[in-house]
Amino acid sequence: MDRRLPPRDGEWIDRSQSVEFRFEGATYRGFEGDVLSSALWANDVRLLGRSFKYHRPRGVYSLAGHDANLIVEDGIRTNMRGDMLAVSSGLDVRSVNTLGGLDRDRLSITGRFGEFLPVGFYYKAFHTPRRLFPFYENQMRKVAGLGRINSANQRANSPKDYAFCDLLVVGAGPAGLAGAIAAAEQGLDVLIVDEQQRPGGSLVWQWADAATAREHLEGLLEQLAAHDNVRLWCGTQAAGYYGDYWVALVDDTHLTKLRAKSMLVATGCFEQPAVFQNNDLPGVMLGSAAQRLIQLYAVKPFDRAIVLAANSEGYRVALDLNEAGVDVAAIADLRRDGEATELAQRVDDAGIRVYRGYCVYEAVPAAGNKRIRGATICALDEKGVPRSEALTRIDCDGIAMSIGWTPNGGLIYQAGGRFTHAEHVEQLIPQTLSPGTFAAGRVNGVFGLESQIDDGYRAGLAAAAHLGSFTGDVPPSPSHYESPSSHPYPIIAHKGKKNFVDLDEDLHLADFENAHQEGYDNVELMKRFSTVGMGPSQGKLSNINAVRILARLNGATINQTGTTTSRPFHQPVPIRHLAGRSFHPQRRTPMNHWHVRHNAEMVYAGAWLRPEYYRVDGESRDDSILREATHVRNNVGLIDVSTLGKLQISGPDSVEFLERIYTGRFAKQQVGRLRYGLACDETGVIIDDGVIGRFSEDRFYVTATSSGAAAQYREMQRWAQIWNMDVTLVNATGHLAAINLAGPCCRDVLQELTSTDLSATAFPYLALGEAIVAEVSAKLMRVGFVGELGYEIHVPASQAMHVWEALMQAGERFGIRPFGVEAQRLLRLEKGHLIVSQDTDALTSPFEADVAWAIGKNKTFFVGARSLAILRKKPLTRRLVGLMFAASDAGTLPEECNLIIANDELVGRITSIAPRSTLGYPIAMALLSPDLAKIGTTVKIRVDGGSLVEAVVASMPFYDPENSRQNVQAES
Amino acid sequence: MPLRSGISIMKIITCPINGPRPLQEFHFGGEVRTMPDPNSATDEQWADYVFNREGEPGLKREWWYHVPSGTWFIAERDNRTDEFVRTFLYGAEECDG
Repeated sequence: MDRRLPPRDGEWIDRSQSVEFRFEGATYRGFEGDVLSSALWANDVRLLGRSFKYHRPRGVYSLAGHDANLIVEDGIRTNMRGDMLAVSSGLDVRSVNTLGGLDRDRLSITGRFGEFLPVGFYYKAFHTPRRLFPFYENQMRKVAGLGRINSANQRANSPKDYAFCDLLVVGAGPAGLAGAIAAAEQGLDVLIVDEQQRPGGSLVWQWADAATAREHLEGLLEQLAAHDNVRLWCGTQAAGYYGDYWVALVDDTHLTKLRAKSMLVATGCFEQPAVFQNNDLPGVMLGSAAQRLIQLYAVKPFDRAIVLAANSEGYRVALDLNEAGVDVAAIADLRRDGEATELAQRVDDAGIRVYRGYCVYEAVPAAGNKRIRGATICALDEKGVPRSEALTRIDCDGIAMSIGWTPNGGLIYQAGGRFTHAEHVEQLIPQTLSPGTFAAGRVNGVFGLESQIDDGYRAGLAAAAHLGSFTGDVPPSPSHYESPSSHPYPIIAHKGKKNFVDLDEDLHLADFENAHQEGYDNVELMKRFSTVGMGPSQGKLSNINAVRILARLNGATINQTGTTTSRPFHQPVPIRHLAGRSFHPQRRTPMNHWHVRHNAEMVYAGAWLRPEYYRVDGESRDDSILREATHVRNNVGLIDVSTLGKLQISGPDSVEFLERIYTGRFAKQQVGRLRYGLACDETGVIIDDGVIGRFSEDRFYVTATSSGAAAQYREMQRWAQIWNMDVTLVNATGHLAAINLAGPCCRDVLQELTSTDLSATAFPYLALGEAIVAEVSAKLMRVGFVGELGYEIHVPASQAMHVWEALMQAGERFGIRPFGVEAQRLLRLEKGHLIVSQDTDALTSPFEADVAWAIGKNKTFFVGARSLAILRKKPLTRRLVGLMFAASDAGTLPEECNLIIANDELVGRITSIAPRSTLGYPIAMALLSPDLAKIGTTVKIRVDGGSLVEAVVASMPFYDPENSRQNVQAES
Repeated sequence: MPLRSGISIMKIITCPINGPRPLQEFHFGGEVRTMPDPNSATDEQWADYVFNREGEPGLKREWWYHVPSGTWFIAERDNRTDEFVRTFLYGAEECDG
């Protein structure tokens, strides 16, 4: 049967564009402009989905994006809402929550067991015995959740966009459009978004029986078009507010990151269902859903209908249905006094019978529950209790509910506003709004059409005033003069337990009564225990009724009971809109391309890319690392250390500043010499180290660790400000590159490129100088981090590649080779040099790390000094020690962070380990309990497999403890 | 509406040198505290200074750092509303009123 009505003014479907689509394997026809739900209803398909828990049949309910039981997938996209999904040729979808098809869903058997699935059932039933939980979980996972993920899908990148405006107007209904016009007239840059495909909001469906509605809409759009400072984006939801008017806008194709200066929320209301027996079956729907079917999609919702009303809107629904050719059998009006406006007369004129003070007691299902065939109605007594002993049976295939509204106020909450329940409208309305937020129209409790337009205009002016574009008087918000549009308690008790409050989660009235009886009498507890409002529609059709029920059970008001807040997203957002591309910030040294060309395996060190080692065909990673390290010990190697922090410190207070930042003394440091610098934080924990070179009386050059450089520079800047010192700090990390040339032959290599005398007497260990290297002016430092004769050469980044290649060339006759960060780590470990934040953690003091020698004697102050004075008095709880393993242990060795165990107690952990070393046996550093730290003590380490491996505490450095390698002369 | 905790990730902060900039450009530097005289403070007073922070709701004085320009400044932030009431350079509060 075709339920399509003759063409109507303002309909959204394009009758010239017929489309064929498939649903649950069957083929149907609809029109361009239809959503899935409307096209199916037009084909008289009423079973559109199954509920989540009991697999009850469900049909069109809100037709506004909240129909959580009408969710489909097409094999690629999943969890699409039937009332939002546009039909198109070739669309082929099926329902997500069924086993064996929608029509014969085998899981619908759970509905029969509803008596045995009380609220909290899963929490209680599957709690014990614990050992069975994996089984329970496995079984539950088969029926829990919605949709199937096709893991064979291609990754779909969706674009991201940025936008800016003065005023964001959310909702293109009468209030939003009027607000946009007012703001645009004051010169604001206005962006209007509306989640529907066309502007108009309620004007396109709710007032559609009145000619004035269309005139209003046309007039508003015309005024809007006169301004070129207004953009109107339909099909775009304001998905969430994230602070300072940063709002996520989502449409079918992408996410727009909007920064507005203010926001006008004219989002209207969600129509709310009544609670009565079988209020969920196909054929029972919101009055607004019936109106949307008629006005937007030209679909006749029912053949014979009952309207359950508690407001003027219900009478409009009855008139709209009547006009669309539906036989309106009755209006059951929950209000004893009925309707006071002229609508009562119009309904009477249409011959529609009105039962005042009546409720729908239950909907009568047809066989199989897949549609309804009637309803029983009865009078309500003075307390609102149904007189179920005197039921009137009326045959019908549809019930339209029009009993109340709740504000679509998520954005207002998220921006920091609060709502209060106002009795004159029986609705939550904004109580306070954050500065820059404005609300107008029904979300603001203003219902009349003219009033909504006035309220929108007022809010637009208020926004302009807030932004300083309007200096006149902003008129007050219009009041609501009519009777409330919402009924205070549209909930009909019934022993049948199919009077659903939350259709997403299949919660009925008794579930709330039971939860309350079990002590969940607070709204937040009730929500979490019962899961009300936690389904796909996030309580848009259930929260306020749940609050009403709880308020009544507690004998409290709505305001005393409280409401739950509303978090992003407003409507479900496909995760591809949120997923960023795989961007990873990278810093590359000037020699990066050389490393890559020479087969370097690159690794991240923070944001920096560094060569881990250089691959050689037929050689394993470990072999390559050991070969590189051995080559440095015996010959000469060079490594790119451009990632080191490089700070230039100058000015009259430089010495004093450095003495406060670092633990050591620098006043007597000679020009042209380096000293070790150790920095602690105020608690005495090691935070960085490096070398400090003095170029002149008040000019220093300081290195910092690759990972700690940014923080070290930042803290130096802060202290310089606090101490008000005459010192200039320049972070040269990026504009200087650095090369470490090391090994017994390195002096000969470097000497070929510079006229500076590098002999041991002229440029001894820890010397610093400025030199010309390969015709490039360089800072030269003689350092020994890897334990061999070595030079650090710091040059401008732009010339670093030239210097690197010159060194490679000069070193050719010595067999020079580059080495990577792994070989460097091995070499320094052999030499017993710690790496801050590798061998130290967030609590390691210089005493624990055995670097207390770097603390200057009799210093009155440096950052951390006072804390170290306290720590010095206390016994150590751990010490950084060396460990050596038997060479035969290779293969079962611990990894970094494996724990050291003694008498079943945790006594330490490995901080660095080298499974192979140039010494011939594995070595490690560990933080260890001091009573086990004596040289020669055997300790046990629990490795990842669980077994214990023995190691012996060894003295550090493992390699060259006399530092004699600094005096090595190459045989050349 | 519960109290909002933390800082919403899309905030705009006004750097005294660079004007309004997005939060991502800033680094939080902790509460502004005055160091007691290390020579006269007791161990307990010193430990209180380095370890304890004032967490009570209200107007907070905090260090913030604008990373791209390397600017440290002080912000007065109401942690109940997450509002930056004012920002100024260290030592400039008197002149800033």
